[in-house]
Amino acid sequence: MKMQWEILVVDDEEVMRESLVAWLREDGYGVDSAASGRDAIERAREKDYAIYFIDLKMPGGIDGIETMMEVKKIRPEASIIIITAYATVDTAISAMKEGAQEYIVKPCNPKEISILVERIINVKNLQLENTILRQKLAKRYSFRDIISKNPKMQDIFELVKEISSLKSTVLVQGESGTGKELIARAVHYSGDRASKPFVSVSCAALAETLLESELFGHEKGAFTGAVAQKKGKFELADGGTIFLDEIGDISPKLQMDLLRVIQERTFYRVGGTEELTVDVRVIAATNRNLAEAVAAGTFRDDLYYRLNVINIQIPPLRERREDIPLLVRSFMDRLSHELGKETDDITKSGLKLLIDYSWPGNVRELENAIERAMVTCKTRVLTDEDFAFLEQNGSRKQAWNVPDNLPLQEVEKRVIVATIKRTGGNIKEAASVLGIDRSTLYDKIRKYEIER
Amino acid sequence: MNRRIYLSPVGNVVEETLTVTARFISEMFGFDAVRHTSFPEPDFAFDVRRGQYSSTLILQNLTKVCPPDAVRFLAMTEADLFIPMVTFVFGQAQLSGKVALVSLARLSQDFYGLPGNNDLKIHRAWKEVAHELGHTFGLVHCRDRSCIMSLSTEILQIDLKSEDFCQGCWAILSEELAAQNVAFRRGHLEMRNKVVETPR
Repeated sequence: MKMQWEILVVDDEEVMRESLVAWLREDGYGVDSAASGRDAIERAREKDYAIYFIDLKMPGGIDGIETMMEVKKIRPEASIIIITAYATVDTAISAMKEGAQEYIVKPCNPKEISILVERIINVKNLQLENTILRQKLAKRYSFRDIISKNPKMQDIFELVKEISSLKSTVLVQGESGTGKELIARAVHYSGDRASKPFVSVSCAALAETLLESELFGHEKGAFTGAVAQKKGKFELADGGTIFLDEIGDISPKLQMDLLRVIQERTFYRVGGTEELTVDVRVIAATNRNLAEAVAAGTFRDDLYYRLNVINIQIPPLRERREDIPLLVRSFMDRLSHELGKETDDITKSGLKLLIDYSWPGNVRELENAIERAMVTCKTRVLTDEDFAFLEQNGSRKQAWNVPDNLPLQEVEKRVIVATIKRTGGNIKEAASVLGIDRSTLYDKIRKYEIER
Repeated sequence: MNRRIYLSPVGNVVEETLTVTARFISEMFGFDAVRHTSFPEPDFAFDVRRGQYSSTLILQNLTKVCPPDAVRFLAMTEADLFIPMVTFVFGQAQLSGKVALVSLARLSQDFYGLPGNNDLKIHRAWKEVAHELGHTFGLVHCRDRSCIMSLSTEILQIDLKSEDFCQGCWAILSEELAAQNVAFRRGHLEMRNKVVETPR
């Protein structure tokens, strides 16, 4: 667990610099030195030092405080110790306000340096241990990027392992944002097909004719604009897996074509006469109740039975609230790196708010909420105030007057139109705000014939 | 093969201290310890403001006059030493280098206003000599408070630690000495009986 922490000593005076370097080396630390602020900043870019001893007064160029601030930009995790003389203690105290962890007045008692460094290293070792333990915990409850300790999800992980090397068709069902594609990827990458392509198609994002061409490809001249032959997703997925998202939204004709591919493993390109054979595992997903669609006659029962050989039902987030703390930590760890933010913790009340929230958009909505809170958060710790927008959404819903005599579909249409307008036509952002998948939103845009 | 550790006084140091320390080094590290040139008082390193001598400057000068055939070069001085960051140092050495310097100033009971005790001073000096030479053989400060390589920032810490290397430091040191074809004699344990008991 212990690691070799490196220290950088920054001082323009050679004797001062070298004697401190020697002192710290005798204590067993790896130590480098820099003769100026600029040199220190260069070194900070090259190497991740745990501690920086920076002399407050360095003539010419940039002084100790400026050096510290630049280093902090490059290495926010670094601990800075400002070296100062009695005359400049006040400035050193202001340096603490700018982010220095400690200051040391020279000359100091010999034991002070060692105690100070040891104290900082002990904290860093604890932080490292904490990070490793969190990673271990996340690893224990994660399976191919999916994190959960919920018994139902653990059963799904087991099922995924068992079926990963079979050829049987899989139907993944769950609300928007529950991670249906992640499960499909887990099936693919856990099995014998892992080295072959995983091709994902959102059936709701495309019009019927386009989808047909997308799935099966087309011959040159098959339709206006078909200037060259194009391979379809089934051909591209040969040997691997095709993931058909929002399968509940495809037209009756495509349902029939799909049934043929799944049964015979053969198909024709659009406008083609040559029968093509592929070895593809089909994993389909939907947030609709397909059994009801079959009963209503909008989905072919024979296709349903072909798809539903292995059924995986992903529970919504509100039914596995015990996963929220794990997911929050995981998202914060990833986003802090991606966003370059120091925010790495959340208060108990903040976490409780997230656990209690209903999460209609499931894990995706939770991820978006964490990102939004981290972007606006000014400190290292997220609080319930950073999630005020969730409560606002809730209270807005309560205060909203339900219009009289308005069909539910009209309400949904109006909300979508308003959201797309608010996001300036940005579908990705609108889907995020609405807490639904992009493909679901495309489906609804087409269904309600909304102009974009 | 070169097997000599040279020992020099910087300024006035009691000759007997140098003689018994040379014997101690020889017993402890297995090299011949040879009395070398005496150097004058290190006035060039005196800091008027602090009333002390810069350990780093003296060490830099010693490096320039280090005998070419020396395995290690140890200097002893009565001068009170400092490095800019701290109020004083008992000694300084080049980590994995050749040169080491030990100050006797704060090893004397007189410094603390107590009646003089030359045997105790020599006893403390040996611990410091072994500690600084340990650094030249690549040893860093040891967390075992009884090990001679533990950091001493107060005279009490020097008195409380043993005059032996802990097993871990001993292993590293003997490996280093073996590489130079010298057996680690550990004869200093016999030497210990010749000096007074450390006061509790």
